[in-house]
Amino acid sequence: MSKPFLQVDGLSKVYPDGQGGDLTVFEDVRFALEKGEFVCIIGHSGCGKSTILNVLAGLDEASSGNVVMSGKEVKGPGLERGVVFQNYSLLPWKTTLNNIVFAVRARWPKWSKEQVREHSERYLKMVGLDHALNRKPSQLSGGMRQRVSIARAFATQPELLLLDEPFGALDALTRGVIQDELVKIWEETRQTVFMITHDVDEAILLSDRIFLMSNGPNARIAESVKVDIPHPRARATIFQNPAYHRTRDYLVDFLVNRSGSALPEKDGSPKFVEPASGDVTPASGPSESKAESAARAVNA
Amino acid sequence: MASLNVRAALLSVSFLILFLGCWEMATQPPEAQTGMTEYELLMGGADQESRVPPPSAVIKLAWAELSDPFYDAGANDKGIGIQLGYSVYRVLTGFLAAMAVALPIGFLIGMSPLMYKALNPYIQVLRPISPLAWMPLALFIIQDSDASAIFVIFICSIWPMLLNTAFGVANVRQDWVNVARTHELGPLRTAVTVILPAAAPTILTGMRISIGIAWLVIVAAEMLVGGTGIGYYVWNEWNNLDLASVIFSILMIGFVGMLLDLALGRAQKLVEYKE
Ligand SMILES: Nc1ncnc2c1ncn2[C@@H]1O[C@H](COP(=O)(O)OP(=O)(O)OP(=O)(O)O)[C@@H](O)[C@H]1O
Ligand SMILES: [Mg+2]
Repeated sequence: MSKPFLQVDGLSKVYPDGQGGDLTVFEDVRFALEKGEFVCIIGHSGCGKSTILNVLAGLDEASSGNVVMSGKEVKGPGLERGVVFQNYSLLPWKTTLNNIVFAVRARWPKWSKEQVREHSERYLKMVGLDHALNRKPSQLSGGMRQRVSIARAFATQPELLLLDEPFGALDALTRGVIQDELVKIWEETRQTVFMITHDVDEAILLSDRIFLMSNGPNARIAESVKVDIPHPRARATIFQNPAYHRTRDYLVDFLVNRSGSALPEKDGSPKFVEPASGDVTPASGPSESKAESAARAVNA
Repeated sequence: MASLNVRAALLSVSFLILFLGCWEMATQPPEAQTGMTEYELLMGGADQESRVPPPSAVIKLAWAELSDPFYDAGANDKGIGIQLGYSVYRVLTGFLAAMAVALPIGFLIGMSPLMYKALNPYIQVLRPISPLAWMPLALFIIQDSDASAIFVIFICSIWPMLLNTAFGVANVRQDWVNVARTHELGPLRTAVTVILPAAAPTILTGMRISIGIAWLVIVAAEMLVGGTGIGYYVWNEWNNLDLASVIFSILMIGFVGMLLDLALGRAQKLVEYKE
């Protein structure tokens, strides 16, 4: 068996609880990502999603466990991992274009000025911001800023993209538009993406698999849910697919009823479930009820 | 209705006229009195010299001085432009030297909590010392009055710059530092391309405070060391009992101070950013 692109083993994070004891936020988190996969992670607030993402980014250190990407252990941040922060984190004294140029130049220091500029403009165009090249972030709306931030991350073509609730601060309308844009860019680039979200629909629209985290403290990544809906997907049509509803029901059920008690496999890896398999594999008919499907998934 | 600016300007000018008018009236030489004492008669009638000169006299003098500001007729008789030039030169030299020291050290203690803790006690003790208190020591060690004045400027402008730089650098948003980290910028590139622009407005505020203090201190320093400069000029004219010149140079001190502040205000505008 070949090694996966990204392998996370036995990750845990312990903080002092302020009363002399320890607080284990999450423990024994194990998972693997394949090249080109889009994976979302969902879990209740405070279970440690951002911490996991920051460990993958190299911005935070785990208390134990390790992360191996392309055969190399992750220690500290690096250009092969791009991050989109929840609060955009654009440099406010630089124009839109120069924010991208800054990243592109860091990625390819040997490129000529024209090459850097041309590359940066191409990515700004992808997110529909080629008209705002010379504006400062303070002159952009929240949605536009997040687009710049996404363009910056994609422009450096990292092997792994990490997105921490990139649309959390946006209104529903803007959110939808940018989700579509993200789908489009991803179809074009097929980069490996690991993304945190609280939005079940967003997760289904974007991901190949969805990690479900149980509640903290001592949170785990309990399940890995396959989203069996073919690409390309679009927000407007995705809910016509029966697999969409099965997946959605399954996720909501987990978050509402089972997130407190769910556990991964005995070896610590997330349970792999395919809530939509009834519809996509011809072997089992479309008549299979949701409960059966869920039960089968849990036993899978 | 005239705009606010126009009305403000009109009001300013009226205040000035009113003030100059009162001043002029208050400083008229008294009518030759009948009952002059013998002493007064001996001293040449009214005691003109000990009177504050009227604004008309000051303006007349200002006109004469400003129409030839750079004449040089020996050690005690130089144009106001030359004297101000000496002072500005000392302030800028001391200020630049302070910058060269304060910015790197400010960066260091801003980025390293260890350095901050280690150096903070010294800063806290040195900072409240009046810059002029250094003068005797400076004169003794440097053995040169001009360099000592510059040293005093150096020592007084260093603190606001140092503290503001440290504060600005320490409070750069962690998000921006993380952006630098995820893009694998080295410490030097991070300092120059992220931390410096992020902290620049705070640093410039410190520099603006510094140049203001330096301009306050240079007058006093030059009164002490003598020789040249606007501070020496004021003191010299006082010794000559030429009060019109004293008043004129006071105004010039204010004017040049304003220009220095304006220049740094401009620079501050350049580095400002909105989040
Ligand atoms: N410096 C710290 N000291 C102590 N506890 C901390 C510290 N930082 C984070 N935590 C705890 O770690 C837990 C996980 O935080 P994290 O930000 O990863 O959660 P999250 O899953 O991203 O939540 P959200 O969905 O609200 O963003 C939280 O319960 C928080 O209280
Ligand atoms: Mg979070």
